[in-house]
Amino acid sequence: MNIIVLVKQVPDTETKIKISGDKKSIEKTDVKWVINPYDEFAIEQALKTKEQLKAGSVTVVSMGPDRVVESLRTAIAMGADNAVHVKTDQPLDSYLVGKTLAEVVKKESGQLVFTGKQGIDDDQAATFGFVAEFLNWPSASMVVKCEIAADKITVQREVEGGTRFVLQMPAPAVIAVDKGINTPRYASLPGIMKAKKKEIKTYSMSDLGMASEAIKTVSADYALPPERQAGKKLSGDAASQAKELVRLLREEAKVI
Amino acid sequence: MSTYLIAEHKDGQLKKASLEMLSECLRQGTQPTCILLGHGALEAAAGELGKAGASKVVILEHAELASYSSEGFANALYGYLSKQSPSVIMAGASWQGKDYLPRLSAKFNAGLASDCTEFKLSGNSATVRRPVFAGKCSQAVSFSSGPAIFSVRPNVLAVGGDQSTTPQIEKVAADVGQIRAKVTEVLSSGQKKVDLTEADIIVSGGRSLKSADNFKLLFDCASVVGAAVGASRAAVDAGYAPHDMQVGQTGKTVSPKLYVACGISGAIQHLAGMRTSKVIVAINKDPEAPIFQKADYGIVGDLFEVVPHLTEELKKLKANS
Ligand SMILES: Cc1cc2nc3c(=O)[nH]c(=O)nc-3n(C[C@H](O)[C@H](O)[C@H](O)COP(=O)(O)OP(=O)(O)OC[C@H]3O[C@@H](n4cnc5c(N)ncnc54)[C@H](O)[C@@H]3O)c2cc1C
Repeated sequence: MNIIVLVKQVPDTETKIKISGDKKSIEKTDVKWVINPYDEFAIEQALKTKEQLKAGSVTVVSMGPDRVVESLRTAIAMGADNAVHVKTDQPLDSYLVGKTLAEVVKKESGQLVFTGKQGIDDDQAATFGFVAEFLNWPSASMVVKCEIAADKITVQREVEGGTRFVLQMPAPAVIAVDKGINTPRYASLPGIMKAKKKEIKTYSMSDLGMASEAIKTVSADYALPPERQAGKKLSGDAASQAKELVRLLREEAKVI
Repeated sequence: MSTYLIAEHKDGQLKKASLEMLSECLRQGTQPTCILLGHGALEAAAGELGKAGASKVVILEHAELASYSSEGFANALYGYLSKQSPSVIMAGASWQGKDYLPRLSAKFNAGLASDCTEFKLSGNSATVRRPVFAGKCSQAVSFSSGPAIFSVRPNVLAVGGDQSTTPQIEKVAADVGQIRAKVTEVLSSGQKKVDLTEADIIVSGGRSLKSADNFKLLFDCASVVGAAVGASRAAVDAGYAPHDMQVGQTGKTVSPKLYVACGISGAIQHLAGMRTSKVIVAINKDPEAPIFQKADYGIVGDLFEVVPHLTEELKKLKANS
């Protein structure tokens, strides 16, 4: 089975966000770039699936400027077989990313797609659904368990309120994974050596027939939330602190 | 301008987020067409929308819509909406809305803005504001073509007063198309938990709870005020709480009226998920813990001593009111 993993490169979660001068994005100069944490789970799930099926290959795909190649190499060091870079410096949105990545999946004859449920930068949680629809494949998101037998996929999807849905679907499908599905492995030393030498396939937008496609949503006017001010510290022993807190929450903050 | 609001219900019971969006549309002088999807027994939900001021409710009906599926919902909605030339389509940013809206947007060849905290309807489109980087900053989004499709975060917008409208209800036989991914079983964890993202009050615990058993302390406190219980990633990673309880950049983003952080240090990734809470309380034995910088009320103390007292005080309050 040709397994494709869609990987996004995002700022490390430690990043202190600053807004760019034109307010159209964040300041990117001091950012440390990492693989989107949810996509690490997707890479691990793809590797596991290949190991379990004892056949097939894992191809990681990322879209963006040249820096994303570093994340692709990290994925190869973890164990992915191939990597594809869709090279573009243009602004992207979920629509354009979804449509383009669907084309990559077709070109690479993908039979199963894993990705993270959400990028922790834009928090759109939408790529999986756009890709699935543009491929006309079934999908599941927020997946915390995934079993694949022949061409039948069984997943568990976490919904709110402590409930899980078990879903079944035929392959090919798009599976967007959540935290908790597995523990991503570290890159191995031989993996790191292999990753250094591995040739990475590059597509331009026009290679994928996307030259005339444009984004449908325009983001602007980035703003930082108002800084919260440190408030009151309550004194006394535990009993009087608790009592005073309940009084303040009731009378001052009026939230209980 | 034609605005469509996809309302959500659970077994016929309307989700509050639907009323929040409806009230906000009405405040902006727009009467949306509300859509419900399901199979029978949706009159009560439609009536509730009417009470909140909806004048038109369309019910898309099909046996396959009795339970949720991304393909069934997206197909049924596209089948109906593509004939209406909608300019705005909105839904709640729930596990359902976030699941079928990308598909629906792709069908329209349109963009999507997820999990918005503000929207402004204007002319034939809309602009929205949405948090990014789990709330470390936010962005405005406008739509350059196609219908403006977006989901709205629950618990942010206010529900308006009683309008007592009797809505015109139209029932439409939906075309659900092909549904390949089907629910075969529903597993419940047993406990009936309050949804974190919809909760008004959240009591959250960190690594300092030291065991899953000790989380009972927080559940006891939470149950007095109908609160949900959350956890830091360190608590989840240590196995004290399931990961659906994790609050933060790689967990849930929440904005309750009251967030009580018990033994949570206040790492940047945790703050990202709860900083938009209206009131933050921190209970921590380290007076230098960063969480105090963000807390409206801070208690420097041992949570194992403070929380039981807090539970007692809340019980007293409830008994007297
Ligand atoms: C990629 C990535 C993603 C992450 N995503 C998230 C996320 O989504 N959510 C998240 O929460 N974290 C996330 N983290 C982890 C985050 O950096 C912190 O490690 C985590 O939030 C710390 O959890 P904690 O506050 O429970 O533990 P600690 O930092 O260990 O803090 C424990 C606190 O409890 C206090 N304490 C101890 N005993 C008591 C007592 N008896 N009474 C009162 N106070 C006591 C201590 O003073 C301390 O402040 C992420 C990290 C990374 C690298």
